[in-house]
Amino acid sequence: MLLNINNLHVSINGKEILKGLNLIVNEGEVHAIMGPNGTGKSTLAAAITGRNGYEITQGEIWYKEELINEMLPNERANKGVFLSFQYPVEIPGVSMTNFMRTALNAKHEFEGLPILTGGEFLKRMEEKKQLVEIQAKLNNRSVNEGFSGGEKKKNEIFQMAMLEPALAILDETDSGLDIDALKVVAKGVNALRSNDNGFVVITHYQRLLDFIVPDFVHVMYDGRIVKSGGKELAFELEEKGYDWLK
Amino acid sequence: MNEDKDQNNILEEVTSKEYQYGFYTNIEMDTAAVGLTEETIRFISAKKNEPEWLLEFRLKAFQHWLTIEEPTWAHLHHPPIKYQDIIYYAAPKKKKQLESLNEVDPELLDTFKKLGISLEEQKVLAGVAVDAVIDSVSVKTTFRETLSKHGIIFCSFSEAVQEYPELVKKYMGSVVPYRDNFFAALNSAVFSDGSFCYIPKGVHCPMELSTYFRINAANTGQFERTLLVADEDAYVSYLEGCTAPQRDENQLHAAIVEIIAEAGAEVKYSTVQNWYPGDKNGKGGIYNFVTKRGICKGDHSKISWTQVETGSAITWKYPSCILKGDHSIGEFYSVAVTNHYQQADTGTKMIHLGKNTKSTIISKGISAGFSNNSYRGMVRIAKKASNSRNFSQCDSLLLGSKCGAHTFPYINAGNETSVVEHEATTSKISEDQLFYCQQRGIDSEKAIGLIVNGYAKEVLNKLPMEFAVEAQKLLAITLEGSVG
Ligand SMILES: Nc1ncnc2c1ncn2[C@@H]1O[C@H](COP(=O)(O)OP(=O)(O)OP(=O)(O)O)[C@@H](O)[C@H]1O
Ligand SMILES: [Mg+2]
Repeated sequence: MLLNINNLHVSINGKEILKGLNLIVNEGEVHAIMGPNGTGKSTLAAAITGRNGYEITQGEIWYKEELINEMLPNERANKGVFLSFQYPVEIPGVSMTNFMRTALNAKHEFEGLPILTGGEFLKRMEEKKQLVEIQAKLNNRSVNEGFSGGEKKKNEIFQMAMLEPALAILDETDSGLDIDALKVVAKGVNALRSNDNGFVVITHYQRLLDFIVPDFVHVMYDGRIVKSGGKELAFELEEKGYDWLK
Repeated sequence: MNEDKDQNNILEEVTSKEYQYGFYTNIEMDTAAVGLTEETIRFISAKKNEPEWLLEFRLKAFQHWLTIEEPTWAHLHHPPIKYQDIIYYAAPKKKKQLESLNEVDPELLDTFKKLGISLEEQKVLAGVAVDAVIDSVSVKTTFRETLSKHGIIFCSFSEAVQEYPELVKKYMGSVVPYRDNFFAALNSAVFSDGSFCYIPKGVHCPMELSTYFRINAANTGQFERTLLVADEDAYVSYLEGCTAPQRDENQLHAAIVEIIAEAGAEVKYSTVQNWYPGDKNGKGGIYNFVTKRGICKGDHSKISWTQVETGSAITWKYPSCILKGDHSIGEFYSVAVTNHYQQADTGTKMIHLGKNTKSTIISKGISAGFSNNSYRGMVRIAKKASNSRNFSQCDSLLLGSKCGAHTFPYINAGNETSVVEHEATTSKISEDQLFYCQQRGIDSEKAIGLIVNGYAKEVLNKLPMEFAVEAQKLLAITLEGSVG
């Protein structure tokens, strides 16, 4: 089992946002999470990745049979948890090369693997850039600075490809993408899909799920998963909206 | 600072002989008595076997120093400095030699390691006895040979006084007269040693000149004096200091650096200052009161200051440019980091006197812990300096909520054809940026190092390559323990 979330309650500044959420993700599975604005989807992503200020008041998050409620965010990341941010962050003056190098070195150090040489690293950058069809100029640009909305999202998928996580959470990676970019992102995700890793795809649009076909679809409402089903559920939601589930 | 007055002062100093060259006792003592009197100064000068004019210079500086008070305008707080409790001259003592690195403070070694300093070099820096045949010795020799081939003079200040008295006499005090300020007067009276550098006409110095390679570099310590002259169309890049932490028993440091760029000359002066900053609770640490100034004397000359300031308990330092020649250029690029209880009041003065002169100021202040970091800058454009330009950008970055950042820009534009632009920002490392890095597997300390280096990149890029890499590591190390 990759991820096992049991009765999770999360508060921000004392206000309860997640109110007893359960979710199981196995290796090889893609789970889509849908639901109206403000129901706690990003909060769930933040709780899984260990963001400061998201207090778990009750329940457990198990990752690869390990309880990670209290684990540092960077440790979770090094163990293979990746988040594609809904709003990627700009870091002025830090080049993508430097950023990715630091991240990859941290991971290798954590795993006790030798650090990639400069040449090996750059080769890997080139390879993964092609996967998401990112333009060559990326390397020397500062992290997300001046990137267009679409470029930022592609950049998230690029980083995912570089770090090869076991569990990837994509928080509205499709929003703001034109149809071509959407296909590129989906292609990138599909290329990384394997029997060893799992995906949690947060989205508002069934359209993405045409390209990244989920094994399960969950509907979140008011801090809980209120309905789960197969990929047909997404079509049903597209047609009927969320009201019938409230 | 009134430049004409400056120049007159110097003229007056060098020409007037109002001081009688008194007698001195030739004692076989290696250390001056505690405190500062005329006797102390005669003693120092005699010890160094100085010519008469230099003793006179010192004595005049001392007389002037007696009439003035320590400046209080800086945003700094420290207990009163007891000037009469200081020993102003001690013969350069050999540091106690240690047998092996095992005897060295482990914290120091740890920092060396983080900076990626080689084992041999660690030994030298920490004062461990080393084999006679280490690389740096042969490097030094080749280094000197190359320089002399080009006619470049690079030696200790004392050596220069003996061997090139005419050059020293001509330029010393011409940019920073002893009357300039309290600490400049003090230095002028008691300076121990320092560096002298002269690049002849038309010579492009083929390598970075680093104090590290200077002979007799050991223990110049407390009251250093550097004089750097680039003759017409000469070029030199000069590096001062090193990234390794430097400890010193002396709490008060008051150095002077003077740069002269003749017509068409260019001088790049880079500093990494990493004196002992005191402990986490603000105990100990160096008080660093430095006067650095350069004059772009001839047309089309250029002086560029780049500094990375991470050390010292107190930093008081304003590397400045007097843009006298037409079309001359002054630049100031600074990163000043303060952590724990450190205080820094640093910046620059750009004095535009010539026509079509240009200056650029990029200052990045980073404060953490309980520290205080101030930028103080003056841009003055004289009436005659038509069509001049200044651009200033002063950014402050705060880590945590207990530290302070302050900006004190003074602008004085004396004509209507010139343009002065000033931009200032204050920001914090955002929670979002930190989490973003952490989510990619980077721990919070490394993340801060990364973000801070990104923030300071514009300035770090101005440093010579090999220096820049070390400086980057240094920034990260200085800020260790500033989050948590
Ligand atoms: N820092 C915060 N302080 C207070 N409330 C917050 C904070 N962050 C999120 N919330 C609240 O938590 C709730 C869930 O937010 P969350 O971002 O998880 O929703 P979401 O399902 O991702 O919405 P969307 O589809 O719009 O992205 C919202 O009501 C939001 O206002
Ligand atoms: Mg969201």
